[in-house]
Amino acid sequence: MRFSTMLAIPLLCSLLVSSCSHNTAPSLYQQLGGADGIAAITDGLLREIEQDKRIVHHFADTDIDRFRTLLAEQLCQLSGGPCVYSGGTMQESHTGFNISLADYDALVEGLIKVMQQQQISISAQNQLLALLAPMYKDISYR
Amino acid sequence: MTIRLLLTLCFLTSPLCLAGSKIIATGGASNIEGSAGGGIVPWAVINGYGSSGEWAATAFATQVGVDDFTLRVQGASVSYDNNWEWSFARQTFSLDTIGGELRQDVFGVKYHLAGELLYTAMPQLSLGVQYKKHRDFALPQAVGARDNSGVDLYLAASKVLFDQVAGRNLLLNATLRATKANQTGLLGFGNSNNNDYQLVFEGSAALLLNYNLALGVEFKQKPNELAFANEQHWRDIFAAWFVNKHLSLVAGYADLGSIAGLDQQQGYYLSIEGAW
Repeated sequence: MRFSTMLAIPLLCSLLVSSCSHNTAPSLYQQLGGADGIAAITDGLLREIEQDKRIVHHFADTDIDRFRTLLAEQLCQLSGGPCVYSGGTMQESHTGFNISLADYDALVEGLIKVMQQQQISISAQNQLLALLAPMYKDISYR
Repeated sequence: MTIRLLLTLCFLTSPLCLAGSKIIATGGASNIEGSAGGGIVPWAVINGYGSSGEWAATAFATQVGVDDFTLRVQGASVSYDNNWEWSFARQTFSLDTIGGELRQDVFGVKYHLAGELLYTAMPQLSLGVQYKKHRDFALPQAVGARDNSGVDLYLAASKVLFDQVAGRNLLLNATLRATKANQTGLLGFGNSNNNDYQLVFEGSAALLLNYNLALGVEFKQKPNELAFANEQHWRDIFAAWFVNKHLSLVAGYADLGSIAGLDQQQGYYLSIEGAW
């Protein structure tokens, strides 16, 4: 009895320690597929926008290469990845565009479609949507 | 019949079925009163998929079958700008064991006051009015109802919270309703002694398993104003399948308590909605 207890305690300890050391859940950045995953989401979203008659006009004067870089940076930083977003605030960069609720819905719908295509888990999709949804107030009707 | 025709038209002629921009499932279903909501509770969401500046329309048919009664509802709604919803529902309540039927029409208007279901910390808030007109008042009158018509007023708050349960999104809804209706109006409005409004609470919670599937529960507090029989609160559990932006199906189990002296009225809830 005592012997087994003596054995069990270090065993339990080592189990606890090892479970602790491996207990870091993958960050959202990792769940989205890291840099490659975010590049794929960004490119997918650009394709969606390009094909979406509802919103493509908002991007008529956009420098697409710059937009792609900034969007990837932003998604990377938001999701806990090793990037720093170098663009302007959401308010600044959307002023004058008068983005409507319907525009915002259309973009979110495009993002969802791309995330589904990339087979990102529903949980990771929802975590990202939770980070992006509140930007509505800074982006819309400016 | 009409719904089937419209659905067929929709699938055959795609220009007729341009869906609005709202995210799938965010128009909710049509409740038994024709308002966007769950099954028995009106929510703050606006029917259909019309986002800002867009029109939308829905048509639905619902059947609720409990031990001694069957409720059949057909209705339609039009909405604009994700702010206004105009709805109509015709209810036929068959008294399967007592015999006969009670019919009621519900005309609804809902206005989205503030907040955005998905995008703001503040829940989406809407104010709704339902004008209910009974078409077979003899029986409700005989059991003590005062009026054959009534107006319900409700304030609803709805919010989708992201990533809540096993990474899934959770929709919460709370509705406060002022009503004089007995059994939602199927047994008329008010009684001979009391014509005051009653304030009742209704609530729903639904877990969105993915973009197309939701599992939910609902509770509807009800007044108990007719002396001839006890009236109880309603409850249901449901599964909703948003097949696409044009078709959704809801199946559930409803507990309608005691109705007209017949206790423990429980049974199925089925609903189909077409949206354009």
